[in-house]
Amino acid sequence: MAQPMRSLSALQRFYSRKPLNTRHNPLLRRCLCSIDARSLFSTCLLLAAVACATANMARAQEPPYFVTYSEALEEPGNLEIAQKGLTGEPKNSNAFYSATFELEYGAKAWWTTELYLQGQATAGDSTIFTGFRWENRFRILPSEHWINPVLYLEYEDVNGADKSVLEVTGHDSIADLQGRNADGRGDVSRTMEGKLLLSSNPKGWNISENWITEKNMMGGAWEFGYAVGASRPLAMLGNGRDCTFCRQNFSAGAEIYGGLATVHDFGFQDTSHYAGPTLYFNMPHGPTLGFSPQFGLSSDSAGVLWRVKASYEIQQFRDLFRSKEAR
Amino acid sequence: MKNLQLRLTVLILFAASAAILLAADNSWLHKVPAADRARGNPYAGRPEAVSAGGNLFAQNCAQCHGVDAEGRHGRPSLRSERVAHSTDGELAWLLRNGSLRKGMPSWNILPEPERWQIIAYLRSLPRDNSADAAVPHP
Repeated sequence: MAQPMRSLSALQRFYSRKPLNTRHNPLLRRCLCSIDARSLFSTCLLLAAVACATANMARAQEPPYFVTYSEALEEPGNLEIAQKGLTGEPKNSNAFYSATFELEYGAKAWWTTELYLQGQATAGDSTIFTGFRWENRFRILPSEHWINPVLYLEYEDVNGADKSVLEVTGHDSIADLQGRNADGRGDVSRTMEGKLLLSSNPKGWNISENWITEKNMMGGAWEFGYAVGASRPLAMLGNGRDCTFCRQNFSAGAEIYGGLATVHDFGFQDTSHYAGPTLYFNMPHGPTLGFSPQFGLSSDSAGVLWRVKASYEIQQFRDLFRSKEAR
Repeated sequence: MKNLQLRLTVLILFAASAAILLAADNSWLHKVPAADRARGNPYAGRPEAVSAGGNLFAQNCAQCHGVDAEGRHGRPSLRSERVAHSTDGELAWLLRNGSLRKGMPSWNILPEPERWQIIAYLRSLPRDNSADAAVPHP
């Protein structure tokens, strides 16, 4: 994993520095124009489409959360390709769209590993690559209990222009969404993040609580955050017909999340919080689509954040790399 | 002194990990509590449940166990004598808990009625006696 991380760091540094003078070098200009953040995501999406075309797809089995994590891990050998989008228009700032491209792989039945590539476009500003994250989730107990704990460990390498709001910790606030890209992209932070994910499934509901702890490796205090979600499928029974818009293909819920300041000033002072309803549509033998409007609850929060998600699960992705004899 | 503490910590962590791994190595069937083993399938024998279970099986289980449930890529057949002789309660326990060390994930995220429908579908499949010898058990 070390080599890809170095490559991604180099990519991020490439996007973080000032533009090169390419006026007198048409070849260099053509090369640089062909590698912008949009083409990076387009390439990723193209690769995803090729992978989808050569493998079985299925709906992803997970509760409809955008920030909260449940106990659900990726099935071993499966690869989920997802695009999480977030858009909003913070007060006194331009509208933005943040795109997070995810590759989630079930390494074991008890271990899921995931790579995120992130970027954003701000109206009247620019489109930039903002960094990457590598996360791992480990199921701690071998069997189901009333509350099921999962350990989450993540390494982040993102710059200050990141607007993905994949979680809220410390004193994260609306100011993080209002800055100019040129100001934020040079401010790269490398962060370790740990979460304790607790999840229960009483009577068809899923209730998940996350405790978030984050430490910037380049300095700064320990920061904390939380996320809580509850959800339920719209129908508990499967249908004999192969229908697309049956109720059991939809699940709805709500989530609330926010920051809890730092180890020095733990609490709700100067922190941002969001809450909103969530909806997932699991198309049979197709993608999962998600949507959620999330509303700011404090003066440090943005007014409304609109989230969308599209994900494909490629079943038994690892079998594509096995010889025909092994299959 | 610090060195001794470090060694003790490593030893304790190693012993705890070994104990967990040894405990996890038993067959899942031995772990099923009597109360779970005795549970009956509320949808047993219902044609609509079998049909819905077939759809759910195709979406969630066929990727590993094969469209025909005969197992694939070294993963177990669900038409085996062993599955046939398991009670509905034992299969429900396995779907709920999984067998993580053997690669079977927990399907607790599926609603319980859907898990019972899958079991109803499995019961409708013809038995394949050769399956027990051919592939490993979950």
